[in-house]
Amino acid sequence: MTSLALPSDAPAAALDLATAVAPPPVATTDVVAMRNVWKRFAGVPALRNLTIIVPQGNITVLLGPNGAGKTTAIRMITGAMTADEGTVVVFGADPERDGESVRRRCGVVAAKPALYDRLSGFDNLVYSAELYGLGRKCDARIHAAAARFGIDQALDKQVGGYSTGMKTRLALARAVLHEPELLLFDEPTSGLDPESAHAVLQLIRDMTSDGSTVVMCTHHLIEAEGLADQVVMLEDGTDLISGKPAELARRYWPAAEVLIDAEDRSGLDLIAGAEGVTEYGRSDGPARVQLDDLTRVPELVRALTEAGVRITRVAPHEPTLEDLYFAVRREAAHS
Amino acid sequence: MTATTVHVPPRRRGLDWSSVRTVARTDLKQLIQAKDFWIPMGILGAFFFLIVPATLLLTITHFGNIDAVHKISQALDVLPAKAQAQIKGTSDAGRASYALAVYLFAPMAVVVPLTISTAVGAATIVGERERGTGEFLAHSPAGVREIYLGKLIASLIPGYFTTLVGFGAYSLLVNLVVGPEVGGWFFPTPQWWLLMLWVVPPFLALALSLVLRLSARVRSTAAAHQASGLITLPLIMIAYSQSTGALFGATSASLYIGAVAWLIAVFSLSRGMSKVRRARLLGVADEN
Repeated sequence: MTSLALPSDAPAAALDLATAVAPPPVATTDVVAMRNVWKRFAGVPALRNLTIIVPQGNITVLLGPNGAGKTTAIRMITGAMTADEGTVVVFGADPERDGESVRRRCGVVAAKPALYDRLSGFDNLVYSAELYGLGRKCDARIHAAAARFGIDQALDKQVGGYSTGMKTRLALARAVLHEPELLLFDEPTSGLDPESAHAVLQLIRDMTSDGSTVVMCTHHLIEAEGLADQVVMLEDGTDLISGKPAELARRYWPAAEVLIDAEDRSGLDLIAGAEGVTEYGRSDGPARVQLDDLTRVPELVRALTEAGVRITRVAPHEPTLEDLYFAVRREAAHS
Repeated sequence: MTATTVHVPPRRRGLDWSSVRTVARTDLKQLIQAKDFWIPMGILGAFFFLIVPATLLLTITHFGNIDAVHKISQALDVLPAKAQAQIKGTSDAGRASYALAVYLFAPMAVVVPLTISTAVGAATIVGERERGTGEFLAHSPAGVREIYLGKLIASLIPGYFTTLVGFGAYSLLVNLVVGPEVGGWFFPTPQWWLLMLWVVPPFLALALSLVLRLSARVRSTAAAHQASGLITLPLIMIAYSQSTGALFGATSASLYIGAVAWLIAVFSLSRGMSKVRRARLLGVADEN
């Protein structure tokens, strides 16, 4: 994936970060509303004025490097940890005060599978079922949850003998056993091979089909790509920006962009000053051309062809989440 | 809603015994799976309740070590008059073996459960943290009080169960070896019943209430074991002296000692339940 330089017009067009992170109003359909949350460990801030709003039925991905505060944010949502300042509202309740009822509606998959190695897979699920108030006689439900993640054949084996992939699948089965309305995944593909990671992400995607809300932490941009309805980028415990990936990309790159390549690339330079071209750049690779409108492309191609340039490729450039991520971080560093 | 910088205490509710039972049962299930735990535990119980008493009592009653019997008989003279009056047997060997069986081995009824239970209890919360399973518990609906109490019960049962089994085996041994010398089966005496059912449990609960709080605070299981030794050693000594005294004294003494121990234990347990924080399961220095 290519890392693009931030366009010269990006700051003006897209980013006043202070504006970008201004929290939207809380709608009744917001499952999680964390506002201006601070958390310090031994005086060192882990979260700084963090705001995260999670709408119902969406997959919200918390993106950020290690130590950005993603895991702490998850812990705040369930009330496993309390905020020093700010407000945390989950399902309309305060997880610090009404933690039991909030946690009963959440399913969590931690970065480590957090399973009891000496117990069988079945006993791990029974433990969870009992703590979440399903009672002891829920064998059918346990087998159904395990089957959903392809782990039902190994339920009678001790978890200590499971592979990392099997543990993750069991942890996923445990998280959905009580049919939570909010699923929280903290690096769910950590330690998995690409095939298992892909399967897990597919399963997460499937989970939202029944109306569940998902919050997922990751530092793997490729995982968030295509999965996230909304991304929240975190760094040093604060949210740099949040929103739908496509909308954020439009805010950063409002102009249309195409990549044009030719047998003799120097010939491409003649369109640098053409009408409608707002920015032109070429180094070793194809020319990157920003246009005021994509309908200008046929016009440019015709001009190049008439000038004898043999074009080999014309492709619109869609900024990836990675482009966005690095642009946001660069912007944050500059500001 | 959480007001800025103001912490609202969690909503109080009654203790959820179902969660307590679940936590305790699951911890015990894991202990049963751990051969590296229960084999040494069995050996410890067998050593204190069978091997040592059998060796001493057989030496006196069957191998006729006259010198040893004579010295023990002399030592009986320093016992309180009430205790001396209770000693059965007509021969020196009979009286000496009776005194040993009833008075000398009282401390093992304290040492064994405290040793086993504190070993389990010391690792229980910090162990969850080290294995990463504390994250699961912290995110679960189970209250911290329920988790604390469930873990305390799961730590108490192995030590107390071993002690009860050992006590049964010891009773059989004593009656078979010493009984013929004193005119029949005589053990357990009423004081021993009180010791086992009224005095030992509160000392165990008291020790565990402290050890579990410690387990929630330290950074590693090794540190928990070391620190719990510092806490339980004085308790073992107190329990040792009190239980021995209870056996020598009247029944009322045992009742008083037990009652005081229960009061302290209940106070310590309630303090422990209110002091342990959910974030402690996560291994972070969350002091809120």
